Order: sequence, then structure tokens, then C-alpha cells
Amino acid sequence: MDTPVLEMRQVAKRFGAFQALANVDLKVGRGERVIVCGPSGSGKSTLIRCIVGLEQHEHGTILFDGAPIDLRSRTSPIRSGQIGMVFQQFNLFPHLTVLQNCTIAPIKVRGSTRAEAERKARDLLARVGIEDQADKFPGQLSGGQQQRVAIARALCMQPRALLFDEPTSALDPEMVQEVLNVMVSLARDGMTMICVTHEMGFAREVADRIVFMDRGEIVEVAPPAAFFAAPKNERTRAFLSRIL
Amino acid sequence: MRALNFGDVVFLAKGALWTLALFFVSLVGGSVIGIALALMRTSPWRPLRWFALGYFRLIQGTPVLMQIFLIYFGTALLGFEFGALLSAGLALSINAGAFLGEIWASSIDSVGKGQSEAARVLGLRYGTTMWHIVIPQAMRVATPPTVGFLVQLVKGTAMASFVGFVELTRASQMINNATFQPFVIFGGVSLLYFAICWPLSLLSSRLEARLAKAYTR
Repeated sequence: MDTPVLEMRQVAKRFGAFQALANVDLKVGRGERVIVCGPSGSGKSTLIRCIVGLEQHEHGTILFDGAPIDLRSRTSPIRSGQIGMVFQQFNLFPHLTVLQNCTIAPIKVRGSTRAEAERKARDLLARVGIEDQADKFPGQLSGGQQQRVAIARALCMQPRALLFDEPTSALDPEMVQEVLNVMVSLARDGMTMICVTHEMGFAREVADRIVFMDRGEIVEVAPPAAFFAAPKNERTRAFLSRIL
Repeated sequence: MRALNFGDVVFLAKGALWTLALFFVSLVGGSVIGIALALMRTSPWRPLRWFALGYFRLIQGTPVLMQIFLIYFGTALLGFEFGALLSAGLALSINAGAFLGEIWASSIDSVGKGQSEAARVLGLRYGTTMWHIVIPQAMRVATPPTVGFLVQLVKGTAMASFVGFVELTRASQMINNATFQPFVIFGGVSLLYFAICWPLSLLSSRLEARLAKAYTR
């Protein structure tokens, strides 16, 4: 295996007395799709938030392309937008149009010209199926459309890896599929992805590996077929019996 | 005792201009101090947050008149002749900074944390995030209380009369001492203050409408 795009070594994080992550080891290779699942409070979101530096882990190392991530460095992959993230609550900028949401980072961080950034943004908005909404404000779109804008916004930075934190959990049920379809197509195109989700159908369809977490630990890692058919760990079995 | 004459009206008008001048000095000074304090109060660095909070509590918890006295007489004692306009302007700026700073800090706080997190993950720097993402959204929340405070500030400039600065209030007292026409003079002066404050409120509604337009369908 080549150098993993992302690697976590013995990463630990606590919030007060609560152990959110306990000695997590994880490698994600180029083009790999990793689905993270587990009960609420199991540390799934914290895992992703530590990778992008929204939470500071206390122990361990997180490496990007084999080099430890230094958040203080201007060239760190996060501060230069090389690791994209899609949030549960979309977190679009409500005072900017869809197009401006997608162009602000390429212009400000990458130094793209406006024309170039807009052309690229329109391409990517077309790819997620909402090119005709480019000049609207996020508040004028449905939840599913907003989340697709958020994906396009992340893609505009041409990230090397894209992380999803429960991207469909805040959506009305009828809008979940349109977002999952976009994610499936990204997976098909070879995007490196780590996705926290409860959508087990999606996991089965796209995952190379499924990571099951509980109480801050990675309990089990397996390809989807093995994960669903023959989970090894008792906690995994208990979790699957509750959600399937 | 003498009758009111045209000279008195001119004198009052000049007083009103000095009131306006003092207001603008305090507005500019207070805004600069307020922005700095709001950014400190919302910064990730704890000592800065505490400093800003201490400033808010101390300045808001002491009378503006004492602040004017302290600066006017205090600086004179130390050998600086600031004069009434500068002393009052400085004191009102320091005072306005405490109120505007707290209003703006809480407006910045009202913009969800998700906004700066999204900006950070996109690689935007602190300054860009503040200027392009957080502050434009905070302004919408900040406009009504800011204008409310500025109206107080206009009226607060009357405090400068205590150190002998002849602004609108002081001018009206002087004329009343000579003519003793309190209803005409103080009624008219109240209207003059109103004429300064009313446009501020109008501006606020305009601004709110404009800022709100961007969000709604």
C-alpha cells in the first residue's frame, strides 16, 4: 500500500472526564472510502473533527500524506483547504449566494481569479445537479439542495480527501437520496472519503471498509460484506441488531 | 432680564453644531475602541477575553460624568491641557467603546459557531472569516441595539457641559439665565436633540431592511 492519505496514530481526546477518542489508529489510502458508524456519543464526529483540526487531540499524531499535520503552519493541509468537510447542518454562508459560497475560498485561499473560480464553481454545481440555483441564497433552497451546495463548495477547493459528518441526518427523508446519489458518484470517481453516517444501505454500496466505533474506540473494521454478514465483536452485533 | 433675539438662535445653533461635533468624535473613537474590544472579547485567547470583559464592567459600572471629570481635571493635573472638547470626546469615546464593544461582541457570538468552522475548514484565515463571513451576519443583529445606544450617546454629550464645554445644553442654560424663557428655550432645544436622533432611527430601519433583504426569498 502507498503512503496513506490520512493516518491516525494512537489519537486520544477527552472532554473533561469523558473519553471521546481512545487510542484510535486508522489508515485511509488514496481513493479509499471509509464509512464510520456507531452509537451516538461513540466519538465518530470527534474523529472527523480532530482530523480537520476543529478539535485538538491530546495524544497521538495525525498524518496527511505521511507528514504530521501542524495546524500552526500556513501550509498545513487544513489551512490550505486540502481536506474538505461537509457538515450535518450544511453551514453554508447565508448572506452569500450559492455561487459566492463556492468561490470565496478559491479566491481568498488559492488566489484564483473570480472568472476562473466561478467557471469551476458552475461546473461543480452542475455536477451536483443545481447549476440553475447558482444565484440564489442558501435560505431559498431545500435542505437537500443546500447540502449539495455544501458538497460543491468543498469540491471547489479540489480537496485530496473529503470528510462527511452525518451529511444526511438533518434532512427530511425524501431529500436523503439526492444527497446520497451525489456522494455515490463522488465515490465512483475515486474521491478519498471518510463518512460518518447511519445510512447502512449507502455504506454497503460504496464502502471499502466500515469502521465501527463505541465509547471512543474503534471496535471493528471490516469490508461491508463481512461487516454486515459476520460481525466479530459483540458490541457490533448489538449495534447492528438495533439499526438494521 | 432681556427678550429672546436672533443672536440667541444663532448661539443655540452653534451649540447644536458642537453637540454634533462631540457626537461624531465620540462615535468614531467609540467605534474604534468598540471594534477592538469586540474582537478581543470573541478571540480564542483567554487573557484578551478577560481584558475586554473587565473593561466593559468597569466602564459601564462607573458614571460617564466621573470619567469626563477624571480626564478633564486628571490630565490637567498631569500637565496636559486637553481642553473641554478633547477631554469630553476622549471620555465619551472610552465610555461608548464599552457599550458598543459589548453589543458587537454579543452580535458576533450570535453568528453560529458552524460558520467559522466551515470557513476554517475551507482554509480561510481569521481576518477573512471575520470580515467576509462573521461580521456581515453580525451587523444584522447589531444594528438595532447600536442605533439605540447612539441615540443615548447624542444625549450623553450634554455631560460635557459640566466641564464648561458650550454645546447645546450649556448654550440653552446660558440663554435661559439671561432671558428666563424656559418653556421656549428648553422645549426648542429638546426638539433640536430630537432632530439629531430621529434620522439615526430612520437610518437604522433602512439598514435593517437592507440587511434582511439578502436572506429572504
